[in-house]
Amino acid sequence: MSRPGSFFMRMGLTPGQIAMHAFLLACAFAMLFPFYWMVLTAFRPSQEVFSATFHWLPQTFVGFDNFREAFAKAPLLRFMANGAIICSGILAVQLLTAIPCAYALAKYEFRGRNLLFALVLFALCVPVQVPALPLYMGLAFTGTLDSYFSLMLPFFLSVFAIFLFRQVFRSFPDDIIHAARLDGMGEMEILWRVVVPSASPAIAAFAVFSITAHWNDLYWPLIVVTSPELAPPPLGMMYFSDTDLGSSFGALMAAATLLTAPLTILFLFAQRHFVQGVTMTGVK
Amino acid sequence: MTMVLSSHPIGRTPRRRLGAEIAPSIAYWFATPSIILLVGTMLLPIVVMIAMSFTDYELGALDFSFVGFDNYVSLWGDKTFWRSLLNTAYYVALVVPASVIIGLVLAVMVNGLKRGRRFYQIAFFLPVTSTLIAMATVWKYLLHGKIGPVNHLLTAIGLPGMEFFGDPSLVMPALAIIGVWSLAGFNMVLFTAGLTAIPQELYEASAVDGIDNPIERFFTVTLPMLGPTTMFVIITTSITAFKVFDTVAVLTRGGPQGASDVLLYVNYLEGFQYMRIGLASAITVVFLGIILLLSLVQAKVLERKVHY
Amino acid sequence: MTATVSISSIEKNFGATKTLKGVSVDVAAGEFLTLVGPSGCGKSTLLRIIAGLIPQDGGTISIDGAPVDHLLPKARDVSMVFQSYALYPHMSVRENIATPLKVRRLSSFARWPLVGKFAPGQAAARAEIAEAVKQVAAQVEIEALLDRRPAQLSGGQRQRVALARAMVRQPRVFLMDEPLSNLDARLRVHMRGELSELHQRLGATFIYVTHDQVEAMTMSTRVALMMDGEIVQVATPDEIYTNPADVRVARFIGSPEINLLQGRADPQGRISIAGRATALRTEAVGQLTVGLRPEILTIDDGSSDIVIDGRLQRVERLGHDVLLHVRNDGSDRKNMTLRVSAAELEALQMSGRLEENFTIGARATAALLFDADGKRLPAIHGATASEPLTYSSGRKLVGV
Repeated sequence: MSRPGSFFMRMGLTPGQIAMHAFLLACAFAMLFPFYWMVLTAFRPSQEVFSATFHWLPQTFVGFDNFREAFAKAPLLRFMANGAIICSGILAVQLLTAIPCAYALAKYEFRGRNLLFALVLFALCVPVQVPALPLYMGLAFTGTLDSYFSLMLPFFLSVFAIFLFRQVFRSFPDDIIHAARLDGMGEMEILWRVVVPSASPAIAAFAVFSITAHWNDLYWPLIVVTSPELAPPPLGMMYFSDTDLGSSFGALMAAATLLTAPLTILFLFAQRHFVQGVTMTGVK
Repeated sequence: MTMVLSSHPIGRTPRRRLGAEIAPSIAYWFATPSIILLVGTMLLPIVVMIAMSFTDYELGALDFSFVGFDNYVSLWGDKTFWRSLLNTAYYVALVVPASVIIGLVLAVMVNGLKRGRRFYQIAFFLPVTSTLIAMATVWKYLLHGKIGPVNHLLTAIGLPGMEFFGDPSLVMPALAIIGVWSLAGFNMVLFTAGLTAIPQELYEASAVDGIDNPIERFFTVTLPMLGPTTMFVIITTSITAFKVFDTVAVLTRGGPQGASDVLLYVNYLEGFQYMRIGLASAITVVFLGIILLLSLVQAKVLERKVHY
Repeated sequence: MTATVSISSIEKNFGATKTLKGVSVDVAAGEFLTLVGPSGCGKSTLLRIIAGLIPQDGGTISIDGAPVDHLLPKARDVSMVFQSYALYPHMSVRENIATPLKVRRLSSFARWPLVGKFAPGQAAARAEIAEAVKQVAAQVEIEALLDRRPAQLSGGQRQRVALARAMVRQPRVFLMDEPLSNLDARLRVHMRGELSELHQRLGATFIYVTHDQVEAMTMSTRVALMMDGEIVQVATPDEIYTNPADVRVARFIGSPEINLLQGRADPQGRISIAGRATALRTEAVGQLTVGLRPEILTIDDGSSDIVIDGRLQRVERLGHDVLLHVRNDGSDRKNMTLRVSAAELEALQMSGRLEENFTIGARATAALLFDADGKRLPAIHGATASEPLTYSSGRKLVGV
């Protein structure tokens, strides 16, 4: 019925395309290999880990033994819960403070507006490591080190959120704000009930950006947290790999799998927001 | 300000401006929480940090004195500081070209596909979103001198095995591999955005002009049009690479023999382990200076990009 | 339900540019007043000042005799239809229309999303609002669209939703800012009719801003023509067409544009055009402009008071009417437009009169005279000496 090769042609697979797929598949294999190795090792018995030969699949199946061991050695669920608490706390304050400020910068004229925006642009360049020392000292003097509050404090203000939302709000039509004023809404109500809902794609993208950044952050937790029960996932992972686990790569990989899983799953479910959110810094 | 406020008791209409006005004071209310945080968690700490870089303060010490530029002078003569600066520069020099070129090649190839773009984008972006600390431990295992699959591969093709994290000359390249792995997908997405902005007509025009070899097309149309994006990606990656800390803190702690001391890690040790606040502040000032310099270049590039 | 609006000496500056230079006009209760003028003349700014959306730099707005300058937009009891419709993008049509009522009649707690539904004692108000929305939706025939989002509607449908949202709280004054200019030509004609009907049915005061003279002429009770931040003339559509107070008004109103010819008055006040004497008389002396509407010009058959030499350049057929583009080769070298019916054109072509040079004629009574500054000059023709021009009465309404 059909000419040879027509199936491939129908799939858009010319020789050139096939060559590109071959190359890209090789790249994808290299990129994903660490993930594969992590999961593989998490399901392997430890004697296989130390064998000098390479195997694609576990030779003996140990089920979730490594995961059980990981849970027994460190409060992994606690780490993840901490991550969730910290990320949601930070995000909530970031949105509640940045949205009104961005709206004021975008839609009102007031004295000092340009100065405020210049400061925002300056702060946009400054990484958390710069104010870290004085912040640490301030927390130390007030006795609030080693708390959820201390973990979140430097990130409550997101100048990036202010910058981003200002751009978004600026393009919101003045006519609709005028219509809302004529309809009798107050300024607060206009912001939260009319302007913010229409900015929800940007807010979702920012949320993903913020969650990714703070779920994965190690520097600040390393400084302010000393009790393991407050550790977010990266710090927990560090404790885990520090404790005498040299012999138990399986459990280590099981822990890594578990701590990476939430973001990976989130990513697979909301790829569009993710790519947008994580790269927003670049495409602004 | 207070005078202006008190001259308008509540309930009376302002004299100067006619017509109903959306109270401008609401703008201040909207901005106030952010301003408090901006001053409290950013501007004030920076000022304090700069001031402390001129003192000999150590955390826990009862008093301190101003020492002028002593901290900077001792940094100037400090081997560890220079080593960390050079190591950081070395890391940047390894990571930036590799991750930018890989990102560019991947973006161009994925963009040229008729099917399956989505799959590759997900695959290449996955490392960006993963928890770097967790993946760093995986990498440590992958690059392990005895049981790591990379060494299995090397021995399989007849090369000698390498102790990546034990050999001072290999530790920075090993960290750079992890850095490239975690950044290439990010750069790919930035390049993809740049690619979609290239008008299709340009390709059609080049086809009419007789350029139909894809490689020639890449060099005559794609690459020149991606110029501003490329500049931007290079600087963004440089800033990110310059801030390398996580992998060092977890995998090498500056070792072996200080071969992987990087600026932020040394800064962390000085400030938060040895509690030498004055010296650590001086390092932070240097760090901030370099970051601001890169940001300035970035802003200039962005400006050009807009006018492009 | 209806109210007078008094606009007095409104000034507005944006930086150094004076957008409004002391504009005054009184709008009667139930009137349909159109502010018309070229873009940038300040008409939309004036409308927003009336609504209270932007503060003026001088002058007073009064509604029903009471100054409203200190009132916020919501307290002025006016509603507005925007050129962009300004519908709330994330709300359904029903919610869009209900919003002005909800804000006024429900407590602020009851308007909270989700939890607001549990606010006590709001059931009666909610039922009233639902009923009002239904009624208004029926009036503009959008009952079937109530559950859609604005993005799912066509331009015409959005327009109706915007109207419904403006109507639902039964304001004293409707402000409309170029509401039809985003619609396609056919729909615009249709909506013109609907808006006129709506105005009659509601009996409310309408202040309508447009740059389209046809909208101004077809719908308004009176037209206020604005140029460069000033009102040049306020008059009924008929009056503003036949009796423009200023050459700018004459040029803006009427399509195709009025023919303006250089004339000269001798010391006796006799006016000549392109060297040919006419029956026109005036009290002024020297250079002036004679305005002749395209439809008052004919191919001269010997009975005209004014004659001009011409040569046919081009014929533009509009269906029932035909435009003749004619060039005067005299000292003026002026292009002129004549509007004749298709039947007349046929007769002219049969007689062969269009093939060579001919003379164009007009009755002197139909000519409009303007002085060198563009102000209207009274014409004197024969027995009807100084015809009572509304020129002065028109000016009276213009504030300085």
